[in-house]
Amino acid sequence: MLLIGAEDEEKWLAEGIAGIQHNAFYLHRALDSNNLRDALKYSAQMLSELRTSKLSPQKYYELYMRAFDELRILEMFFKDESKHGVSVVDLYELVQHAGNILPRLYLLCTVGSVYIKSKEAPAKELLQDLVEMCHGVQHPIRGLFLRSYLAQISRDKLLDIGSDYEGDAETVMDAVEFILENFTEMNKLWVRMQLEGPGRVREKREKERSALQELVGKNLHVLSQIEGVDLEIYKETVLPRVLEQVVNCKDDLSQYYLMDCIIQVFPDEYHLQTLEMLLAAFPQVQPTVDIKTVLSRLMDRLSKYAASSADVLTEFLQVEAFTKLSNAIEKVIKMQVDMPAVGAITLYVSLLTFTLRVHPDRLDYVDQVLGACVKKLSSIPKLEDRWATKQLVALLSAPLEKYNDTVTALTLSNYPRVMDHLDNGTNKVMAMVIIESIMKNNTCISTADKVEVLFELIKGLIKDLDGATDELDEEDFKDEQNSVAKLIHMLYNNEPEEMLKIICIVWKHIMAGGPKRLPFTVPSLVFSALRLVRQMQGQEGDIVGEEVPATPKKIFQLLSQMIEALSAVPSPELALRLYLQCAKAANGCDLEYVAYEFFTQVFVLYEEEIANSKAQVTAIHLIIGALQRMNVFNVENRDTLTHKTTGYSARLLKKPDQCRAVYACSHLFWVDGQDGIRDGERVLLCLKRALRIANAAQQMASIARDSSGPLTLFVEILNKYLYYFEKGNKQITAAAIQHLIELINTEMQSDSATSDAFLASTLRYIQFQKQRGGVMGAKFESIKL
Amino acid sequence: MNFLIGAFKPACNISITFSDGKSRKQVPMKKENGKTIMVSLFQSKESIAGKVSIEPLQGKKIEHLGVKVELLGQIEMYFDRGNFYDFTSLVRELDVPGDIYERKTYPFEFSTVEMPYETYNGANLRLRYVLKVTVSRNYGGSIVEYQDFIVRNYSPPPSINNSIKMEVGIEDCLHIEFEYNKSKYHLKDVIIGKIYFLLVRIKIKNMDLEIRRRESTGSGANTHVETETLAKFELMDGAPVRGESIPIRLFLSPYELTPTYRNINNKFSVKYYLNLVLVDEEDRRYFKQQEIAIYRQQDS
Repeated sequence: MLLIGAEDEEKWLAEGIAGIQHNAFYLHRALDSNNLRDALKYSAQMLSELRTSKLSPQKYYELYMRAFDELRILEMFFKDESKHGVSVVDLYELVQHAGNILPRLYLLCTVGSVYIKSKEAPAKELLQDLVEMCHGVQHPIRGLFLRSYLAQISRDKLLDIGSDYEGDAETVMDAVEFILENFTEMNKLWVRMQLEGPGRVREKREKERSALQELVGKNLHVLSQIEGVDLEIYKETVLPRVLEQVVNCKDDLSQYYLMDCIIQVFPDEYHLQTLEMLLAAFPQVQPTVDIKTVLSRLMDRLSKYAASSADVLTEFLQVEAFTKLSNAIEKVIKMQVDMPAVGAITLYVSLLTFTLRVHPDRLDYVDQVLGACVKKLSSIPKLEDRWATKQLVALLSAPLEKYNDTVTALTLSNYPRVMDHLDNGTNKVMAMVIIESIMKNNTCISTADKVEVLFELIKGLIKDLDGATDELDEEDFKDEQNSVAKLIHMLYNNEPEEMLKIICIVWKHIMAGGPKRLPFTVPSLVFSALRLVRQMQGQEGDIVGEEVPATPKKIFQLLSQMIEALSAVPSPELALRLYLQCAKAANGCDLEYVAYEFFTQVFVLYEEEIANSKAQVTAIHLIIGALQRMNVFNVENRDTLTHKTTGYSARLLKKPDQCRAVYACSHLFWVDGQDGIRDGERVLLCLKRALRIANAAQQMASIARDSSGPLTLFVEILNKYLYYFEKGNKQITAAAIQHLIELINTEMQSDSATSDAFLASTLRYIQFQKQRGGVMGAKFESIKL
Repeated sequence: MNFLIGAFKPACNISITFSDGKSRKQVPMKKENGKTIMVSLFQSKESIAGKVSIEPLQGKKIEHLGVKVELLGQIEMYFDRGNFYDFTSLVRELDVPGDIYERKTYPFEFSTVEMPYETYNGANLRLRYVLKVTVSRNYGGSIVEYQDFIVRNYSPPPSINNSIKMEVGIEDCLHIEFEYNKSKYHLKDVIIGKIYFLLVRIKIKNMDLEIRRRESTGSGANTHVETETLAKFELMDGAPVRGESIPIRLFLSPYELTPTYRNINNKFSVKYYLNLVLVDEEDRRYFKQQEIAIYRQQDS
């Protein structure tokens, strides 16, 4: 019997179907000739095919459906008394003469349904009788199908009974009683299936049973469809009875399926009103039942229901849904000792979702949920399970999504505690999620406390966590740190004092992150601080005379600390740029010595750290640019700095670089604006020096047979000449320009180089200025081309 | 040839009719040759009256030594077939010796006849009632004609009719409690009851309720008992668990039952039993038999 092949089963099914067809043929003949006796005889024989024990539930179902179709025809015949001339009362007795119980009961149910419809006897008694008689079939599969047939055939009558006589509570109760009774018995049979057969086929059994679950659940479905089943009946009768059955059957599959079924088939409103009763059942089920899934579904449904309309929300408050759910979860977790962490977390995620939908204003609830989760996780320091981690991320993300405002999450005291349970990688991911959420919603974090909490949350990104030894992907690391850098810009407060605090806190945190991270994060912070400086500069008038803790000086001190840290990384080029920025800001604040100090740092860096010639070129140009705009320095200081600069320019490695740096230096002596320095002589000196270097470069190039570079240099210098000429530098004369043009022309001829586009357009410009007329035109007139 | 056939033919046709034959209830009766005929139904202390008509063939005369009609109650044992034991014998002389030339009709009446036993067709015997008309002749033998009729006697409902309730079992194996609502049932009755499983340690396949008829004939050492299962009614399919209660509802009308007969004329008894049979998966049978009394109730 154990090794029943599928083939054999097919054969038995085919035999069964053949038997049904054979008898159905004679049954139809009997029905056509209105022969009741034969009809009963052949229908009983046909139904005898259902007595087989050889088929699996699926195959048996096939057989059952065949018989079912025939029974519908027979039912039609029974209904029409004119055809067989026997009253339905007599018919009800007549079918009970059959010797075999299974055909007898199928026929009894069929006639019974006609009987109920005829209303010749109280439906209550008939239903009672039918459901009672069905006790005779104790074989699980056959019994289940028989009772399912009873449920099916009585369904429309029950709906009539339950709905037709509105207000007649008693008839409704009859129908309810009947279904509950049938349901209970079916569940018992279903559970018993599990105990049948040897343990080896247990798994197969379970599969077979799942195939039958809908037969049992159908009863609940019908109950939910009866209109007469109002909240009161549901609360007083239906739910307690069903739950009693669920709890008492002590069967995993049944408990899981039925709890789920209850939740799915009955309206949410009922669940809400009977929450306490329903939830009380959860801790009572077997410890092995996957009850968390069911509970989660309940909460999901309820939260959706809550979201459906504002009116129902008050109901939720009335029944204290949150407290009840939260208690239930606690109990379930306590009962089911073996539940893995992922299960508990899933529950909390559901509860959290529920809370967020139902009580968006109750942050304390959210915190409570997180707190409970922390408590549950307290025994496990870090989660290893991938699923659990995923759920935990979901748990943490939910409030962020809901509130669109990460600040809210920052007020949850348990939030960071939950995050502590994530492994390092996930912790980072979560931190990224938080940052993204902030960026997306453009949330401004404006108090030092919140910043402190926030950095605590994202500490996975800020510093190396304990035990994180695994090598990181370079790209990921960059992304993460860039996010942190972006985040720093979101921390902002109008109050300088508070802002300073924020900056200090951030600095404290990023300093802990080690040199790897500083190049990413420091610039952000520096600019953030500079913004504060500028802001204070704007407000200066307001804060005069007060003892302000946040002064630009202090900030500059802090800034130099930061940049110093950066140069120690080492990242001298970045540090250099930042110093220049700071110097500019100091310039704005009229703090000469501070600016000087920054420039000093710049030169120190240049001298000691920047060795790469290309970097040097860039640095020099940056310095020149910055220095040109400084106006706080007294003559002495300025001279020192410009002197230094020009000196470094002339000492660059490559001639063209030297040349360009030197002519750029000329700008240090010629500043546009009212109180700008206009030292035409030194400008000329610079340019002449540049020319000399260009010449030298030219000679070197001719040796190396490389002609293009130096000519460009000459044209560039020519442009500088023109610039200063236009600006009115007396030292730059038309003659000097003309001389230079001639020089270029000779060089070109000797070099037999092709015409240079840059030169051509420069000359065209001179031509243009000449023709323009006016003062400028007159000035240019003296230049002969 | 015609003459020859005529020689074997009885010399006359005798017919027996009941005076209320048209209105009297007719019930089917199985004859020895297997055919079923409809015959009149009587009960004890009824008057049996009617007519006997004798019609000679084709104007022949019948010379006879007298005509009589007898009402016989007989028991026939099948091991002694053809030998009837008459427990009732009543005679009415219809005619003195003489000749019958043409159709002649004789009325007769047996008033308030005691017929305490019912007509019965059993496995080893039968009990029958018959009217026997005899035209006695000197030669050619007497001419005899029989008319069967059926007697059924009705009982009032018993004044005491307790239920049958019993707990039986095999230790540590099977314990059941069963209940039949009555101990005395009429022929069209319904047996209502239930079986309650107190302990089930065996895998039961199904459970039947049988109606068994026990017919005992003879007495003392010669007692012969024949048991017949008249009904086999499946009560339960599959294995029950502890605490399960299985309903019984068995209609008696479809079965050919008779009332219980106790010691009929010291010749035989017919008793009925309900036999509850449980069959386990290895086809072992566990059963418990209980006698029930059956009586005939007057149709209302």
